[in-house]
Amino acid sequence: MFKPLGDSALLVQLGDKIDPAINQRVHALDALLQTNSIAGIVETVPAYCTLLIHYDPLILTFDQATHWVRNEMTRLDDSFHRTPRRLEVPIRYGGASGLDLEAVSVAKSISIADVIRLHSEREYTVYMMGFTPGFPYLGTLDERLIMPRMESPRTLVKASSVAIAGSQTGIYPLDSPGGWHLIGWTPLKLFDPTRESPFLFAPGDVIKFIPLEDDYA
Amino acid sequence: MLEVLEVSGLVTFQDSGRHGWGSFGVPTSGPMDWFAHHAANSLVGNSTNSTVIEIGLGEVVFRAKRNCVLAVTGAGYEVLNYVWTFPLWTSFFVRAGWVVHIKKISGGNWAYLACAGEFEVGSILDSHSTYLRGGLGDKIHTGDLLQMGKPSRELLKLAAQNFPVGKYMAYSQLPVIEVIEGPQKIRFTEQGIQIFLNSEYTLSTSFDRMGYRLEGNSVAHNFGADLISEGMTMGSVQIPANGQPIVMMADAPTTGGYPKIANVVKASLPLLAQCEAGVSKIKFKEITVEEAQIKYKKTSEVFKISEV
Repeated sequence: MFKPLGDSALLVQLGDKIDPAINQRVHALDALLQTNSIAGIVETVPAYCTLLIHYDPLILTFDQATHWVRNEMTRLDDSFHRTPRRLEVPIRYGGASGLDLEAVSVAKSISIADVIRLHSEREYTVYMMGFTPGFPYLGTLDERLIMPRMESPRTLVKASSVAIAGSQTGIYPLDSPGGWHLIGWTPLKLFDPTRESPFLFAPGDVIKFIPLEDDYA
Repeated sequence: MLEVLEVSGLVTFQDSGRHGWGSFGVPTSGPMDWFAHHAANSLVGNSTNSTVIEIGLGEVVFRAKRNCVLAVTGAGYEVLNYVWTFPLWTSFFVRAGWVVHIKKISGGNWAYLACAGEFEVGSILDSHSTYLRGGLGDKIHTGDLLQMGKPSRELLKLAAQNFPVGKYMAYSQLPVIEVIEGPQKIRFTEQGIQIFLNSEYTLSTSFDRMGYRLEGNSVAHNFGADLISEGMTMGSVQIPANGQPIVMMADAPTTGGYPKIANVVKASLPLLAQCEAGVSKIKFKEITVEEAQIKYKKTSEVFKISEV
């Protein structure tokens, strides 16, 4: 469960699959450790079923860092049912910013209206953030929308594009390359370093897409 | 102030890195060679995490607009002023009007230019480090005027300092890079692990601040090359499906989805960073996390003394 990742990070493994309950535990542990942080902890990176803890080896040894986390974990159950932040994300499906909406509809033999309904009717958890600053990995997608990544990624995906791949949906915070299927666009700016809160979302947040009225469908 | 007359390659501002935003997917960035970065700062009387200019895959020529004290460290470069050269790993006085050329030669990839008083550049997400892929900061361009802050002491007291003899990083074309076993060691065949630890690798020419692709004997996986994405660090050695190791470097994404066979220790990262593509013969050696942390403390000690 506790493994070194080099000489300055500790990997805490809480499971070995993409599962909402395991991921919730990752975020609960992260919140607990943030609240009770100690000198030498640099930052934490929650992912699907792991929490990576970066520490300064000039201040803490691996054994000391492990000892601290192990101790905190015995108290995890109390803070387990943290209420997540709920956020609404307006989205315009299809058109110039959802270039693959029709392709998804064809590939899955579902009408465009149903693709939109299946994508927007459920809530998603920000399982983790990565890839580029502010990119939220949102799950879990309705099984009827699961598609592999594109064989050849686009060299440029516009910022604020909403996309799907595998059992995930996500939003590109910056213009970047990308291999997910683009189905829509949000007017929200996910990342702005000049804002007081530079990132709109944080790991553990719950998100619901709200289709805009002038939908392509 | 320094006026940039010519610049090529990847020339960026770097402090000791951007910390605290990893959970939002923001890489640490910072220097490729932390030892040379810290040394450049300590030679000119700055704190070790101050902002310097990292010069990689190219070179830079600038004119000093006022008297200043500079230091250049790293490997693979020389510093020319008209017809003579300044040695690396020393601080030197530069008079207003002088033109200085940090020129690429062989023997390494990255040089660090520090000025007494630190380069002044805007902070983004609590750091002065440039992260080009994420649009945090920008490359240094021809015509840029680089602002310098107030030196910690009189310039003449900061000039002509030498890095302590015997405390250098042992840069080499035949480096032994120390690693700690990775969290997914069991995802590789026993033979694959032996191959990784007993083969020589070279650095591919397509390397950058994000990662170093190595070329050599392939490492075989046990259960395929897909991993549920999880956090990683500078030094993480990922093995994708083709079996050729990729070592994540300063601009490493915060998370990755390939199994990690090993992690390069902090004390060896500068050696790896300065390996030359197609030239250096790289070997890995496994050590324990305890040994690695002792070595890192020992390697860092030189900076504690010079910061007093």
